[in-house]
Amino acid sequence: MTAPNIHRLRQLAAELRVHVARMMGANKAHHFGGSLSAADIVAALYFYKMRYDPSDPSWPDRDRFIMSKGHCVPAQYAALAMLGVLPVEELPSLKRMGSRLQGHPAMHECPGLEGCTGSLGQGLSYANGMALAARIQRRDFRVYCLIGDGETQEGQIWEAAMTASTQRLGNLIAFIDWNGLKAMDATSCGKVMEPMADRWVAFGWRVRTIDGHDMAQICDVLDWADGSATVPSLIIAHTVKGKGISFMEGKAQFHNAALTDEQIEQAMAELEAQLSQAREERHEQA
Amino acid sequence: MSKPRQTRDAYGEALVEVGRVHSEVVVLDADLYKSTRTVLFRHAYPDRFFDLGIAEMDMVSTGAGMAASGLVPYCNSFAIFLTAHCYDQIRIQIAYPKLHVVLAGSSAGLTQGPDGASHQSLEDVALMRALPNMSVLVPADGVEAAAMTMAAAELEGPVYIRLGRYPVPDIFDSSYAFELGRATWLRHGKDMTLVACGHMVNVALQAAELLAKREVEASVINMSTIKPLDRPAIAQAARDTGLVVTVEEHSIIGGLGSAVAEVMAEEGCGARLVRLGTRDVFGESGTADELLEKHGLTANSIAERTRRELHG
Repeated sequence: MTAPNIHRLRQLAAELRVHVARMMGANKAHHFGGSLSAADIVAALYFYKMRYDPSDPSWPDRDRFIMSKGHCVPAQYAALAMLGVLPVEELPSLKRMGSRLQGHPAMHECPGLEGCTGSLGQGLSYANGMALAARIQRRDFRVYCLIGDGETQEGQIWEAAMTASTQRLGNLIAFIDWNGLKAMDATSCGKVMEPMADRWVAFGWRVRTIDGHDMAQICDVLDWADGSATVPSLIIAHTVKGKGISFMEGKAQFHNAALTDEQIEQAMAELEAQLSQAREERHEQA
Repeated sequence: MSKPRQTRDAYGEALVEVGRVHSEVVVLDADLYKSTRTVLFRHAYPDRFFDLGIAEMDMVSTGAGMAASGLVPYCNSFAIFLTAHCYDQIRIQIAYPKLHVVLAGSSAGLTQGPDGASHQSLEDVALMRALPNMSVLVPADGVEAAAMTMAAAELEGPVYIRLGRYPVPDIFDSSYAFELGRATWLRHGKDMTLVACGHMVNVALQAAELLAKREVEASVINMSTIKPLDRPAIAQAARDTGLVVTVEEHSIIGGLGSAVAEVMAEEGCGARLVRLGTRDVFGESGTADELLEKHGLTANSIAERTRRELHG
């Protein structure tokens, strides 16, 4: 693996956020906050780490990415559009009648999606199944799974955590997108979240904690995750919900909110500005 | 008459043959492999057998991930845990994308017996039938259970097979060939039709014998595919005989009786329908035979109920 081009990846992540914003529309509520908190991780996966051929999204040896927190699938749609798996022009059709871009992932309708999620808690078990399939089929692909921090309150996540370590799934890498907010409140409302890292260690995983918006840290931890053949890896990524849009950042009310035309305009302006800046920094660096 | 056997035994034996023929088949269980009889597969193909512990939801979702990667998983548990406990997983991760996962629900129905209401699935057929893309199979005997187990490896999309632990004599011989969605007439009579599934098929045949002694000629249909349902068979039976009695060890709400009622109403058959099964109640501890007796699912009760319907 060649060293990551951090400036290029930052630019791609900024571009991914712009694409997420293109999916917004007047009176169209969706989970843009969580999509934006996951944007840097998703960009690093698709544009740095994963073995993936956009011209053949069903290639049996591809690495898989499961968006277990299925409501944040806009981030995945954006990445797939940037790769050419989906036409970019299709992005605004998100959640519209007849669109392949369903509100939650429909793998049978939309190329590039690896599973159907949307009811929280199920994706990690599903990722385990894929990782086990790799072993049975003697393939060497990896399976990446993104879990919401609130999603770890679902019991099935912990069933899956036990299965992954018991089955020695070194080819399984899970992220927790710890943006600290769920649909109504802070994630810690209703259930205590800490000590999160210790919990996963106790369940038999190797664990790292990173800043989920620091591209260098994300790439570094993805390389670290390659390092075990028999122990699943868990990456706790501290993030900001709504990252990149000032009025949205850290606000639970934007979990699944419709934006006004003015808000969409402002969001797009801010994200475009960030993209320009990332582009300039990349050129300066070159 | 052959020695009575349980459909779960026939399933477990056939599963080994499925594993031999289909290298892509894997078997998942949740700490019930002796009860579900997947223990035979476990011995034959340990590398393709996964006991994921007491975690049915995890097992079902894991199977979905395997199916998406080109394997054909058979997921096993007691029918009630598989269908009720894992309904959401089955619905979204398997049925919605139409993944080829075989769900084998064991120890189904009233005949589960002593463990009581928590373990007696009287709703599993209703639950599975409501899911788009799902095929629902209820074998009448060991021969059919084995044939369905084999066939399921080659069907498209998700398949639910309802299995039990109530010994029944073989109804079919080795010439039986399973065909998805096809009902089979086991007996032809002009006066009325018994439509049964699962263990109740043998009971329905016994009821038809009793009726014959009282000069009632009953048809008996084995409706072993509940979905997709053989609508023409039901319509024909209703039109030809004027009275249909459905027999199932399952709730009459949502099960075979409901499915038949829907067809008869929509087809405008102009025939009467009696649905025998559990009537909006939970099960309870007891022997299988005591429970069948209580719910009017013995040959005598069925024959008596039919005669009352015909003669007032």
